[in-house]
Amino acid sequence: MTPNLTCDLLGLTLRNPIVLASGILGTSTDVLERVARAGAGAVTAKSCGPTPRAGHPNPVAVEWGHGLLNAIGLSNPGAEEEARMLAEARARLEPLGVALIASIFAGTVAEFGDVARIIAAARPHLIEVNISCPNVADDFGTPFAASCESAAAVTEAVKRNVAAADGGGIPISVKLAPNVPNIGRIAAAAVEAGADAITAINTMPGMLIDAEAGRPVLSNRMGGISGPALKPVALRCVYEIARAVRVPIIGTGGVTTGRDAAEMLMAGATAVGVGSAVWARGVEALGNIAAELAALMAQEGYKALDDLRGIALHS
Amino acid sequence: MHQTFTITEIRTENYRTKTFIFDRGLPEAQPGQYMMAWLPDVGEKPFSIAGADPLALMVVAVGLFSEALHRLRVGDRVWVRGPLGQGFALRGRHHLLVGGGYGVAPLLFLARTILAAGHTVEVCIGARTAEDVLLAGAFMSTDSTDFNGLGKKKSVSSVQSVDRLSITTEDGTLGERGLVTQVVEAAITARRPDCVYACGPVPMLTALARLCQAHGLPHQFSWEAHLRCGLGICGSCELDAATRQAANIPAGWLVCKDGPVRIMNRDS
Repeated sequence: MTPNLTCDLLGLTLRNPIVLASGILGTSTDVLERVARAGAGAVTAKSCGPTPRAGHPNPVAVEWGHGLLNAIGLSNPGAEEEARMLAEARARLEPLGVALIASIFAGTVAEFGDVARIIAAARPHLIEVNISCPNVADDFGTPFAASCESAAAVTEAVKRNVAAADGGGIPISVKLAPNVPNIGRIAAAAVEAGADAITAINTMPGMLIDAEAGRPVLSNRMGGISGPALKPVALRCVYEIARAVRVPIIGTGGVTTGRDAAEMLMAGATAVGVGSAVWARGVEALGNIAAELAALMAQEGYKALDDLRGIALHS
Repeated sequence: MHQTFTITEIRTENYRTKTFIFDRGLPEAQPGQYMMAWLPDVGEKPFSIAGADPLALMVVAVGLFSEALHRLRVGDRVWVRGPLGQGFALRGRHHLLVGGGYGVAPLLFLARTILAAGHTVEVCIGARTAEDVLLAGAFMSTDSTDFNGLGKKKSVSSVQSVDRLSITTEDGTLGERGLVTQVVEAAITARRPDCVYACGPVPMLTALARLCQAHGLPHQFSWEAHLRCGLGICGSCELDAATRQAANIPAGWLVCKDGPVRIMNRDS
């Protein structure tokens, strides 16, 4: 019997739990539609902030043998333009049955609220709150994801502004950073402040130095580690969050195969983010990972996602 | 990751163009693929691979980075990431190559690959004026010491010239006066190729796309965009809608990973 990959995420019915992670493609309606057609259950747009940003100069991303290191620098067209793109994307994804997740960032709690209000008007199915991008420290200081207090403050401001926007009621997912002493406590603080879900994790801050150049490889010097090297870090974080809170988790970090996706679900994730696998396997990665997940479930005798979700938590 | 390559030879092509030849090859590179050249403390930019073994880059000085490259000397190093992207894929046995201005950069490598396969190749070069015509001598030369190592193993001692070369300049200072597309149309009519390969400015490519569509000819064009990651993840390199429509390229097509070469067959 073919396993059922249908995924319930905050009342949305996804055809499968595979979600395009924020920051990978997601820059335009056309690219989002292409990823949707490639088999994603949901797609996340690239993070947008209050005003347009060009991002960092090259080199912005390199492959280093165990995954990627990137510091694109939150290139985005600003919230107003992003909202127009998202409204069109939602209309295009609707007939495909693929959910649209927006992603927002800002430099202050108040700006997070402003961006949330503008983006909510485009009616994405979910708004992801990126309080954890490691690549803009010069501009934005310590990520909000570093403490319970700042994570809660942003969550509360976003939640309030989204509720006040046209129609209200769009759920929010707070995206956490892995490099904190106790990610479960930060997740709990976000949930206490109104987060409907948690996305975990963002990339892990890292650096590469070229031995012949004697220089950091990225123009931003530091960047975010993603790809296979991140998977064990992400699994540990998702596992800890799943033990700390009862809201859905979009488990993200180093998922390259259907087997990786199964492991993320077993750690307690409701859905599974896929990012750098697009580099390794092309846009087709999303549909292929979903198919591999189904094959693994069939092999192991799981009929539906609920049968394997969180099972590693009970060991 | 980046690998270092040391410059062994620098050739001046024209008033603003130099070709850099390096100490070793990037043997897996295919014609039409590109690489990222990084100069620490300066930046990183994409370049067509002008030759794979040894690696060769043709660089027009048009900005801070290319000017920094032009200041390099023999013995200096360049950090290289690649080969990247989708290159040309030979189709048939009679090939027509079209280069506009600096767009000839990847075509000598392609022509050498075609000749090595024992096929025939015709080349049409277009430029604004005589001094912007690049590599014309190299396409016709059979002297392997005369820059013809591009795209060939170092050990190959003799090379074959292309079967036919035509040059068009907009002001008539070299070759025919006019646009290269006119010469291409005449060439297609007289000697129908199995496939047309082109690299050059977008208006030239869109005009050629219409021409190839009208003649039902398979074609493979190399497109240019703002390339950043080179890995197919950052989404910076989509072509604008007008260009895509003119060339029949699908929405969401990424120049850095799906391209830079878009392969179009007769029926697509």
